[in-house]
Amino acid sequence: MSIDTETARRVAKLARIKVEDDALPALAQEFNDILGFIEQLNEVDVEGIEPMTSVTPMRLKRRKDGVTDGNQQDKILANAPDAREGFFAVPKVVE
Amino acid sequence: MSDLNKLKLAEARDALRKGDVTSVELTEACLSAIEGADALGAYVHKTPEIAIDMAKAADARIKAGDAPDLCGLPLGIKDLFCTKGVASQAASRILEGFKPEYESTVTTQLFDAGAVMLGKLNMDEFAMGSSNETSVYGNAVNPWKVDDRQLTPGGSSGGSASAVAADLCLAATGTDTGGSIRQPAAFTGITGIKPTYGRCSRWGIVAFASSLDQAGPMTKDVRDAAIMLEAMCGHDPKDSTSADLAVPNFEAMLTGDIKGKTIGIPKEYHMDGMPAEIEKLWADGTEMLKAAGAKIVDISLPHTKYALPTYYVIAPAEASSNLARYDGVRYGRRAQIGKGDGITEMYEKTRAEGFGHEVQRRVMVGTYVLSAGFYDAYYNRARKVRTLIKKDFEDVFAQGVDAILTPATPSAAFGLGEMQNADPVQMYLNDVFTVTVNLAGLPGISVPTGLGSTGLPLGLQLIGRPWEEGDLLNTAYALEQAAGFVAKPEKWW
Repeated sequence: MSIDTETARRVAKLARIKVEDDALPALAQEFNDILGFIEQLNEVDVEGIEPMTSVTPMRLKRRKDGVTDGNQQDKILANAPDAREGFFAVPKVVE
Repeated sequence: MSDLNKLKLAEARDALRKGDVTSVELTEACLSAIEGADALGAYVHKTPEIAIDMAKAADARIKAGDAPDLCGLPLGIKDLFCTKGVASQAASRILEGFKPEYESTVTTQLFDAGAVMLGKLNMDEFAMGSSNETSVYGNAVNPWKVDDRQLTPGGSSGGSASAVAADLCLAATGTDTGGSIRQPAAFTGITGIKPTYGRCSRWGIVAFASSLDQAGPMTKDVRDAAIMLEAMCGHDPKDSTSADLAVPNFEAMLTGDIKGKTIGIPKEYHMDGMPAEIEKLWADGTEMLKAAGAKIVDISLPHTKYALPTYYVIAPAEASSNLARYDGVRYGRRAQIGKGDGITEMYEKTRAEGFGHEVQRRVMVGTYVLSAGFYDAYYNRARKVRTLIKKDFEDVFAQGVDAILTPATPSAAFGLGEMQNADPVQMYLNDVFTVTVNLAGLPGISVPTGLGSTGLPLGLQLIGRPWEEGDLLNTAYALEQAAGFVAKPEKWW
């Protein structure tokens, strides 16, 4: 599997990371180096093997579906780059 | 008492109990050592006022009697741990200015036990790296030096390793996703243990790869690791993967008696091109355990060679998901946006400016292996191979193996900048002996056992059965006793 500049552009877009056009070929090459390394996994016979979901088998604990926390709006907004009137502020989303 | 910063946890604990020293004195000794050690780049946020306040409180508690082991002992905290009101940046630009409103469970437990926080320690950005060279704060430097070069302390817990080795604290917290406690411990001649996945709560620790991340102590010896690990462990309802199991008194399990234990030597860990000094270190360590009465058996872990490629699918996949939260909206740094830019441009610019190169690369590799059409070919295949890697270990444990001995790293510490032009895979090879342990969720400990040909410390790794950290620490203790490693770096900073 070889990654071209277009695929690199698409991946950057999916990851929401701005990559300038002139940086795309080098990025594609890095992806190819890493994926080339990962391709080794194709040698392994995984027929009938379950994909791992939990490394230490344990039953997840259950708890009552109730409110256990809350009423700390100021703390939640304290680290926001732009908070106004009790909300997170962002650039215009809908035209 | 002089050089109080050079004490081990156990020594300082006992001296505090006897009234020979106060926590304020211990803390001041560390703070003054830190002041003179900026060249090491270990501390990235110093908290001397907090430290002195905590030390005073600890002294009062000790005076009143009934104080826990860690009471009054000054520690460094990796920047990956969220500490209330104190900058917690994961060494990333994207978390510039972030001061959590909450405290991680592990640091809560340490501070409830009376431990003193000296400051936050350098690391690779988001714990992604093996040399501490991806940090927004700049490099942490290894206190060990044998020529003109500055050496890496390893990574990602490079600042923790450097601080412990240079006596800038009595011990430090680390985290380990693929070797980030054990590799830097080996590079700096200290001890580091990654417990079984689920032993320590991950709550409040900035997430990298959630199915692999574990916190653990980085200390001056095995006894200290036992003392500090016990305080860090335990069930936490806020982390659904934390184990609801009793935490034993690990220190009480250090008898040094390993007669009749079976130690496995995995043949797949004899890597092509491994330096002779590493082979010798490993053979010497094997002899030491044998002389202490352990039975040595050759074992096979057939899927070892697939561990790194598996890791470099799973860890980036989980990272791409975990790091999606850094969007410049709720916390951290937001990029300046241009006129007419919408929210998507804001996300893209924020993440391009806020994440360093290695983090961007891993997030994008993770995005790719999880994307439509490749999910099965990469991510699901890697999860299947991970099942096989874990089964390799289960099989040898079922054959009666109590612990596995391997080298901790494929080399001694290398020079900062030396790997700059290597392809990323070369850097990833640093974790070749440690990453299997994270994939299988097992406990692993790195113990310094000798100096290499150039005079740099080298470590061996012991891998234990799940949840049997006590037994693992005891085997490590026996190895430590036999190796008698006491070398310290000569002060140049």
